[in-house]
Amino acid sequence: MSFLSYLINGISLGSIYAIIALGYTMVYGIARMLNFAHGDIIMVGGFVIFTVVSTLSLPPALGILAAVVLCTILGVVIERVAYKPLRGASSLAVLITAIGVSYLLQNVALLIFGSNARQFTSVVNVPGLKLADGALTISGVTMVTIVTCIVIMAALTQFINRTKVGQAMLAVSEDKGAATLMGIDVNRTIAITFAIGSALAAVAGALLCSTYPSLTPYTGSMPGIKAFVAAVFGGIGSIPGAFIGGVLLGVIENLSKAYISSQLSDAIVFSVLIVVLLVRPTGILGKKIMEKV
Amino acid sequence: MKSKNKILVQNSITYGLVILCWILAEVLIRTGNMSSLMKGLLVPLCIYVILAVSLNLTVGILGELSLGHAGFMCVGAFSGAFFTKVMETVIPSVGLRFFLALLIGAAVAGIFGILIGIPVLRLKGDYLAIVTLAFGEIIKNLINVMYVGKDSTGFHFSTKDTLSLGLDESGVVLIKGAQGITGTPKAATFTIGVLLVLLTLFIVLNLINSRTGRAIMSIRDNRIAAESIGINITKYKLMAFAISAALAGVAGVLYAHNLSSLAATPKSFGYNMSIMILVFVVLGGLGNIRGSIIAAVVLTMLPELLRGLNDYRMLIYAVVLIVMMIFNSSPKAIEMRAVFMEKLRKNRKSTTKEAA
Repeated sequence: MSFLSYLINGISLGSIYAIIALGYTMVYGIARMLNFAHGDIIMVGGFVIFTVVSTLSLPPALGILAAVVLCTILGVVIERVAYKPLRGASSLAVLITAIGVSYLLQNVALLIFGSNARQFTSVVNVPGLKLADGALTISGVTMVTIVTCIVIMAALTQFINRTKVGQAMLAVSEDKGAATLMGIDVNRTIAITFAIGSALAAVAGALLCSTYPSLTPYTGSMPGIKAFVAAVFGGIGSIPGAFIGGVLLGVIENLSKAYISSQLSDAIVFSVLIVVLLVRPTGILGKKIMEKV
Repeated sequence: MKSKNKILVQNSITYGLVILCWILAEVLIRTGNMSSLMKGLLVPLCIYVILAVSLNLTVGILGELSLGHAGFMCVGAFSGAFFTKVMETVIPSVGLRFFLALLIGAAVAGIFGILIGIPVLRLKGDYLAIVTLAFGEIIKNLINVMYVGKDSTGFHFSTKDTLSLGLDESGVVLIKGAQGITGTPKAATFTIGVLLVLLTLFIVLNLINSRTGRAIMSIRDNRIAAESIGINITKYKLMAFAISAALAGVAGVLYAHNLSSLAATPKSFGYNMSIMILVFVVLGGLGNIRGSIIAAVVLTMLPELLRGLNDYRMLIYAVVLIVMMIFNSSPKAIEMRAVFMEKLRKNRKSTTKEAA
């Protein structure tokens, strides 16, 4: 029974990773860049909810809404100011800029909120579930997280396959030049991708902070990096891949925490990344890209 | 022949700059004009310079982004400090032990560089960055759960706590998990630091201006073209990566012998440290060794001199990183600079004509 409960908690953690990984994978697929600041947008989302709910004592739903809106704006502004001028520059330059943005967000939060951990009140008010005569308890947050992740996955898949904007995203990720010739506004499409990714990060922030209720300016960076590992694991650029990678990674992390060593769980997660990249660099569902000279 | 002379002059300026800084600092210390705060910064300064120069070899010369430089430094620091502790009774001379520890720290970090490099350098760009980052975190994690002790029967290892080492009465605990290594002699001095900086410069600058260095730079500029003219990509990449790691190891040993207790905290060997070194390299100019030195010195000294800025230090680093990258690499900015330079040149021409 304890194994089952570890497994379910792992899936819940993995669902959070999956939601974050979606943002990474979409941005990577379309802009061909690793948005290092993505993890810190989660943290910004967390602080927005904290401010709205705990400081202004407004209802949690309003907090989530505010977080989603602000993070979306933030994502688009970051893209516009920091990444857009570098389109066409070397990937090294873009990556270093992204690290700079991540650092900037962390330190602005540090100046505003200080380095002390804030107690985050959960935004989820769903009662837990007791199964098998109380031997197995599933908390409300866990269930909400898993359901949210599945809903987001389904909605995003429909959005990309059924709408014009979604199709434009696919086209841009396939070939920017050809997409431009077909009349697609590439810059707008990339901006929309950033907006969606950042909105998802805000949702992930709400779920993450509800599960692990301590909030610091560095809250987002580790889950962000792990979600990137999940995106690579599942095959970067692939939306179902992000889901599979995220859930698998969450399960691996939780089981290794439970059965091997809680201190070494991060090391194990990162070893998974290294092994995956060595054995199958394109991930589970990734496509192999041929290099043209 | 002329270009060779030019390189010699450029390198001499770099060496001269370091020696000049050393003389200046020594004069200030001898005449008692240096605050104890600044004195305490001198050895860390040397450490940062070595780290920045060695990271520039990977990022600027080889063109691969490594975010695990602090990891290599950590490996060097712990292997060096471990050696110093173990050999405490065998080699009584602190200086000799420190010297040997430097060699061992460099060797171990270099070996780690090769071990990590062989699989990782097959990857490109973003993946390489994330794997080196992962490596740094793994090293930090592993050291934090490592317990090593020594008694009459030999070495004991554990990943739990000091008790489970099972030492007898003569036993000494050498590495205490998250507390790390305590009681390393404070053998690092500013002069040794400067000598190590000069050694680092000698190795890196000679490497850059050699046949090997040109091969490495050709990989950075165009991997496929380099491969097609018969350059062994893996070999040269690995060489640059391992040398860079070994030099980071040297910096680590220096770091370990500058503090009496050494622990693998996120602050000392974490991701932030790697980023800080990256900021030095980027601000100094990718591939520009002298720039790395100047950036490391200025960025370390400046926040200490302007005490009020300390809170904003990291914020300033972040902004510097973004602005520098956009200014240096954005296609539009490059175009704008070209136009500006062209105008400047025209102006100068017209003024010389007028003078004539």
